[in-house]
This record gives sequence, C-alpha cells and structure tokens, in this order.
Amino acid sequence: MSGATLLKESGPREVFCGLTSIVWLHRRMPDAFFLVVGSRTCAHLIQSAAGVMIFAEPRFGTAILEERDLAGLADAHDELNRVVKNLLARRPEIKTLFLVGSCPSEVIKIDLSRVAENLNIELKGQVTVLNYSGSGIETTFTQGEDGALKALIPLMPKSDQKKLLLVGTLANAVEDRLTSIFNRLGIDKVESFPPRQSTELPSIGPETKVLLTQPYLTDTARELKNKGAEIIEAPFPLGVTGSTLWIQAAANSFGIEKSLVDSILNPLISRAKQALMPHVEKLSGKKLFLLPESQLEIPLARFLSNECGMEIVEIGTPYLNRDLMKAEIDLLPPDCRIVEGQHVEKQLDRVRDSSPDLVVCGMGLANPLEAEGISTKWSIEMVFSPIHGIDQASDLAELFSRPLRRHDILNPKTLTSN
Amino acid sequence: MELTLWTYEGPPHIGAMRIATSMKKLHYVLHAPQGDTYADLLFTMIERRGSRPPVTYTTFQARDLGGDTAELVKGHIKEAVDRFNPEALLVGESCTAELIQDQPGSLAKGMGFDIPIVSLELPAYSKKENWGGSETFYQIVRNLLKDKSEESKQAWQEEKRRPRVNLLGPTLLGFRCRDDILEIQKLLGQHGIDVNVVAPLGASPADIIRIPDADVNVCLYPEIAESTCIWLERNLNMPFTTTVPLGVGATQDFLRELHEVLGMEIPQSVNESNNSKLTWYSNSVDSNYLTGKRVFIFGDGTHALAAARIANEELGFKVVGLGTYSREMARKVRPAAKALGLEALITNDYLEVEEAIKETSPELVLGTQMERHSAKRLGIPCAVISTPMHVQDVPARYSPQMGWEGANVIFDDWVHPLMMGLEEHLIGMFKHDFEFVDGHQSHLGHLGGKGTENINQGVKTTISNDSTNTSSDPIWTHEGERELSKIPFFVRGKVRRNTENYARQAGCREINEETLYDAKAHYKA
Repeated sequence: MSGATLLKESGPREVFCGLTSIVWLHRRMPDAFFLVVGSRTCAHLIQSAAGVMIFAEPRFGTAILEERDLAGLADAHDELNRVVKNLLARRPEIKTLFLVGSCPSEVIKIDLSRVAENLNIELKGQVTVLNYSGSGIETTFTQGEDGALKALIPLMPKSDQKKLLLVGTLANAVEDRLTSIFNRLGIDKVESFPPRQSTELPSIGPETKVLLTQPYLTDTARELKNKGAEIIEAPFPLGVTGSTLWIQAAANSFGIEKSLVDSILNPLISRAKQALMPHVEKLSGKKLFLLPESQLEIPLARFLSNECGMEIVEIGTPYLNRDLMKAEIDLLPPDCRIVEGQHVEKQLDRVRDSSPDLVVCGMGLANPLEAEGISTKWSIEMVFSPIHGIDQASDLAELFSRPLRRHDILNPKTLTSN
Repeated sequence: MELTLWTYEGPPHIGAMRIATSMKKLHYVLHAPQGDTYADLLFTMIERRGSRPPVTYTTFQARDLGGDTAELVKGHIKEAVDRFNPEALLVGESCTAELIQDQPGSLAKGMGFDIPIVSLELPAYSKKENWGGSETFYQIVRNLLKDKSEESKQAWQEEKRRPRVNLLGPTLLGFRCRDDILEIQKLLGQHGIDVNVVAPLGASPADIIRIPDADVNVCLYPEIAESTCIWLERNLNMPFTTTVPLGVGATQDFLRELHEVLGMEIPQSVNESNNSKLTWYSNSVDSNYLTGKRVFIFGDGTHALAAARIANEELGFKVVGLGTYSREMARKVRPAAKALGLEALITNDYLEVEEAIKETSPELVLGTQMERHSAKRLGIPCAVISTPMHVQDVPARYSPQMGWEGANVIFDDWVHPLMMGLEEHLIGMFKHDFEFVDGHQSHLGHLGGKGTENINQGVKTTISNDSTNTSSDPIWTHEGERELSKIPFFVRGKVRRNTENYARQAGCREINEETLYDAKAHYKA
C-alpha cells in the first residue's frame, strides 16, 4: 500500500442504512419488488430518501410490524405470508420478490429465509422470493446492493462459456457504452449483474471473469469467486485513469494485445482529458473533504486528486475493505488521510478547522455546511448519476466543479483564489 | 402487519424530533441504529434548515448488541451534554432500540446532570408522528412546570396590563406554521393582546417555564398542543381556546372566543366583512362560477376540517369527500362529514384515498402531496392544504394559512388551479369557432377529471361497440355522441357518466340526443 494513513474512528454516525439502495435497485430491475419487513421508520426512510412520490404504485413497500406482531399474538411469519400474497395478487407483473430485513426484523429474529423458502414452494416458480438484510445495524447505504446481489447468485445458471461479467448497478446508457468498448476490444460476451430483468440472470462458471463496477460489493465478489469466477483486480471505473486501468485489466485478463487496446482507448483518453480541462481549472488546488457515506469516497478522492488536482484533506469511508480497495489506495497521493468509521461531531470539527472548498456529504449535512459558507456535493448523487467510464469523466468532474462555480457566481467578492 | 407503499406520517420519534428541532437550547439523545439519521434531511432538505437538528443518534450496530449497549448510551449522553450544553435534555429511542429495552431515559436520570431530563416513551409499533410530537411537547411542558403551583389566572385586569396569551402548537414540518404565528401575532396585536410565549417553535426551556405568565393559551394546532393545553388547564388553571383561525368565519369565531375567555368586550371590527379579501372576492361576479364546484378534501384533521368549512361556507363549493389520515382526529372529522351528508374517510392508505377521489369525480382536490400526485394522474386540479411536507410547502414568500391574510392566501391557492370564471365562459362561447380546437385548454385543463378516458372518445366508442359491451352498458348513437361533443370538454366526462347512469336506470339500451336531454333534466330536477 502507498503512504496513505489509515485511521479508525467510532461514535455517532450520519449515514444511510442498506435499505436506501432499494431506491436505485428497483429501477434497475423493473420486474422485481422490494418488500421491507420493518417499521414505520423504514417506510419513512425510503420515501424520504427517494425524495419524490411520483409513482402510482412504487415497486417497493414496507410490511410494517405492529404491536401484535411483536407480542406473538400473530405469528409474524403467517402475517408476512398474508401480506405477500395480497401484494402478489395486486401486482401480478412481479417476477422476483425481495424480502428485505431491517433493524427491527433482525432484532426480533424474523426468519425471512424460512418465509421465502415456504413461499417459493407455494408459488411454484411463478414468482421467485429471495431475502437479504438492509438493516442499519449491519449495513451501510450501498451495502444493501451487495446483499441483494448476493441473494441472486444461487439462482445464476452454470456455464463454461468464456465471458466478462460487469458486476454492480450501472446506468443503462453507461452499461451499453462500456459493453460496446469491450466488444471493440474483441471481448464478445459481456454481461451485467444485476441484469435489467431480474429473471434474465447471467450464467457463471470457471471461465467467467468478473469486473466490479462498484466498490461496495464485498460479499457478492466473494460468492462469485466461490462459484468459480475470477475477480479481476483493478481500480474502479471512475475518471480517465481509473476507467482506463479498469478496461486494461479486463483486456489483459482476456489476453488482448496492448497495441489494440491502446489504439482503441487512446483517442477516448485524449478526448476525455480535453473535456476535463475546464473542470480541472476550477478544481485544481481546491481543498476537498469527503465524509463517509456511499463507499465511493476513495475512488472519487483518487480521481479528484490525481486528475483534477484537488488537495485531499480527509477521506471518510464507512468501512474499509483493504482487498477490494488495494488498487485504489495504491494510486492515492502519499500521506492521504483515510478515516474508517465516523464520529460525526469530531469529523465536522475537522471540516471546520480545515476550511475546505468542497465537502462531499450526505443530504442531512449539506445545507448546514452550506449555511456556514462551505460548498457541498451530495454523495447520493454519485449512485444516481451516469459517472462510470472514460467518456463520463468530465461529467463526473462537473458534479464537483458546479457547486464551486455556483458559489463564485453568487459570491463575486470571494473570487480571490486562483 | 400492514402493507405500506407511501405513508402520511413518520414514526413517533420523528414527531419528537420536530419538537426538539423547533425549540432552542434543547438536545435530544435518540437511541437508534445508523440509518435512522435520515431524519435530519427532513429538516435540512425539506425546510432548507441551515443547522442540524439538535439530535445525537447512538447509532448502535449489530456487534454492539452482544455487549453493553447501556454503556454506549451513557457515553453518547455524556458527550452530548458536554458538547451542546443544553438547558434540558430529551432522551428516547426509535423503533429498534425500543426492542432492546435499554431504557435510556432512566440511564440519563441516573447520571447526575443538573439539567431537567425528559424521558420519552413513544411506542413505535402503535403510534405515529403527530402523536409523538404531541406527547413530546406535553412531556417537556409537564416536566418543566411540574413544580409550579396553581395560580389565579385572568390577572391582566388586576395587574393593569394588556392581556397576554401563549401560542401553542407550531412546529417545524408543520404546514405553514412559520407564517401562521406571524399572522396571529399581528392579529392579536390589533386587538391589544400580547403574545407571551410561542412554543414549541422558537421556544427554549426557559420560555416554557414562562408559560404560566400568560392569561390564556391559544391552541393553534390541536394535533400537537391539545394534550398540553388540557394539562395546563387542569394543573395551572389556564383556560385555552379551541377554535383554529383558518378561514374568515373561523378567524371571527376565534377572536370572539378569545375575547370571551379573556373577559374582554368583543369589538365590532371582528364582524366586518373587509378584514379579509376572501369575502369580497368570493362575492365578486367572477366567482359565480365557483358555485357548487365539487371538491374533495383530505389531510390532517385540523386542515381538513377547516377546508371543509371554508369550501362550504365561504367559497360556495360542494364538498363531495372529506377525510383524514389522522386517527386521533377521526372523532372530530366524522361529525363534520356527517353534517355535509358524507361519510368521513379515515385511512392511512393513499390508494384508498385515490379510489375515493375517482369515485366522487371532483373538480378540485384539496389534499396532501399524495393527493396532489393522485389528482395529477387523474387530471384534476389540486391545492395542497396539509402535511406531510414537501419542499414546495415551504415557500420563500410570506404565505400563512391562518387569520385574515391566511384566508387571502387560501382564496388564491385554491381558486387559481381552477379555470377562471370569465375564461370558462369564453371557452363555452367560442368553442364552435373554427380557431377553437379541443386541444386549446387552460394550462390545467389538459385532462378533464373523470373524463380523462373519454378524450379520444371516437376511438373508445368504436372499441366499445365492437365486443367489450356488456348487456347493461348503453350504447351511444352517432347523434348522441355528436350532441355530447358540443358540451365543453371539462364537464363532458361528467355528463357522459351521468347520462350513462341515467340510461341504465331508465333501462335505455341506446343513448341518443334525446336521452342526453332527458338525463340533463333528470339530474337538474
């Protein structure tokens, strides 16, 4: 590892729980429904994180535990059975139902795998019922996707076909673009997991080479490895460098000639660097503080420091998987401070002391920091925006330069730096 | 177990947070797992608050559950008190912590702080947000005032000073509370009545202790303040007003009630018709078209009740549906609905509300953000009158609902989504001109309520004539359809439906020109 300083901190946290990932997972797989088994808090969380109430009937909901479910008056398993059947009767288009565990369901130990198993027997394959936990006592924000994908792995058919499997939710347009680049490199069979339809799961076997698109898929990567797949080690496809190394790692693994790779990627790289320039101008020399939330903090810091010239004050990360992050940490500038875990009060003290130009943080903290005159960027935007790949590097940079640009427009007097 | 897709109210600890965040110099230690911290964004995003809620979450994790979570709680409490130095401390738990029974309130009380500790027990599996807010406010007031002895009230005359009241109930994430209290303060000022304490919004624990210095409590939002007002009446002999000044009539009633309770003479100005522009605007000729507009009302108890009165008495609408998501307020909403010849809709299920809207085919929906979305889907104009809050419900401009200015705002907000009277007449007058096509509609009239499905009626008729007709469905003849097309598009759907109902009742198999007129006469009769 490079000279990055790794620290740990504990205390009050300010992060979403794994249930939040339902907000993008349900859009990725429109034939799936996510049923949280939890409390009114869970329902309120997802609705607040989703931010909008635009769907007539969203493809997620909550089976809210009530007093009598806790008191044992009603067998919670029977109750859940009843709720699921009502739901499926109303929503016949659902092909896969995820029962999602929550803090209360984990604490009172509702056995969702047993409920899923019984329902699968009863439903005879009309609907596949799966379960995973998105509880805040076990998972942080994006880890929910890790749980959902892991739950799908046992359903993946076996195959000896040589292929590249992109793992982690990507925006559809980005997925198409990356696939076409791999095709041009001569990798013909490129599949994605999660798929766009929950019923069209890719197959897996010893000839499957997995390229992770997201850094938060610890369990999924391990399970895929157990299925015989090879996990290609690479940094994550954020920014020009990260994306290039990521594509090159796959190309190497498929034994593709370097000259071919260069001939295809070089034009993209120079075009992307060109597009990046106005943002680099804005971001260069600016101080960046990343609070822990999405788990994308380390790759983002690597991109913003190495390619945009930002000065990293601190990288917060909810948890640190040293194996998955190794390639990323190796690329970080020396003496970068990475803090795993959080004590939100102490961390905010450090934010104020370091007077950064930009803070990447959750939605709860953004306006309070803005009110103190500190520009912010919501980390949740990174999981909704098409930011992966060489071609997207300038769009990714724009997410960070825009708040600074805006700050300068609205506060012309402070236009002293640069 | 209850299946929920969208909810009107959060869990009760969100209500507690609303109180804590509304107040000053108060801190709330919430025993809760990570993830529950999402609640901060309700305040910082929806209300655009520039400060974090004064809440410390213990954010315990699964690995803590094997160990001593009580010690963890105590650590957070100590740190919070040291760091924030509050005048009083709220201690409570969210749904998950309730299950592990650490009793953080008792733990805090045993830690020897010299500030009041208010321990909150908010049953997360049976109660909801407004109940939690009400209970929290009540516990704060009771704890801070429990040693006050009963004082003789109504002392303003003896003390030769102006009468003073407290305004109780406004909170953050409450509908337009920020502006309502300014409007009510202005109104009371005009009548020589001073405001002693506004709480919870903007009050510190020290202010709560000053509550008994007032002569009367004004219960502005019963959902939050009623239980507190009742306790203050019983224990400190402080009377309170029960009329919520939403609308012209209710504002008049409120002023009369307050003057009476204070022992003041009711000034004649209260009854004057020019206090709010709503009265004249509603009497002006353009408002003729408002007569009998069918309106569906759903919201929290207080705003739904007020909306029904304003719609019925002050705007001349016809209320065709009235309901609330607040079970605590059902007791008051049921008789109000009955008085309008309706059965109150008491439900948490927004899909049930949407069904009821479809069923009654109103011309205007007054509801929450949920109903706004339902109404949008159904093509019906809608104005938002109640929580749950959306960023749009926190406008930059001064926009109260209460008092005279509140009535002005209500007139504008409810009437503007409708087509204006003159506009409606002109469209009727010119609709046969060649320039006029049905696509020419006011900005909100894209779809005509129940008539949505009838816009491409030609297509629909063809289909229905083919095969899908059941024996009971009357068939429109060409003449019938032609006559129907002469009716303005915004009522066409309703006319079609009424005519079909009439035809079924009358046993007609076909609807021709004459059936249409028969039906019209039948419904007018």
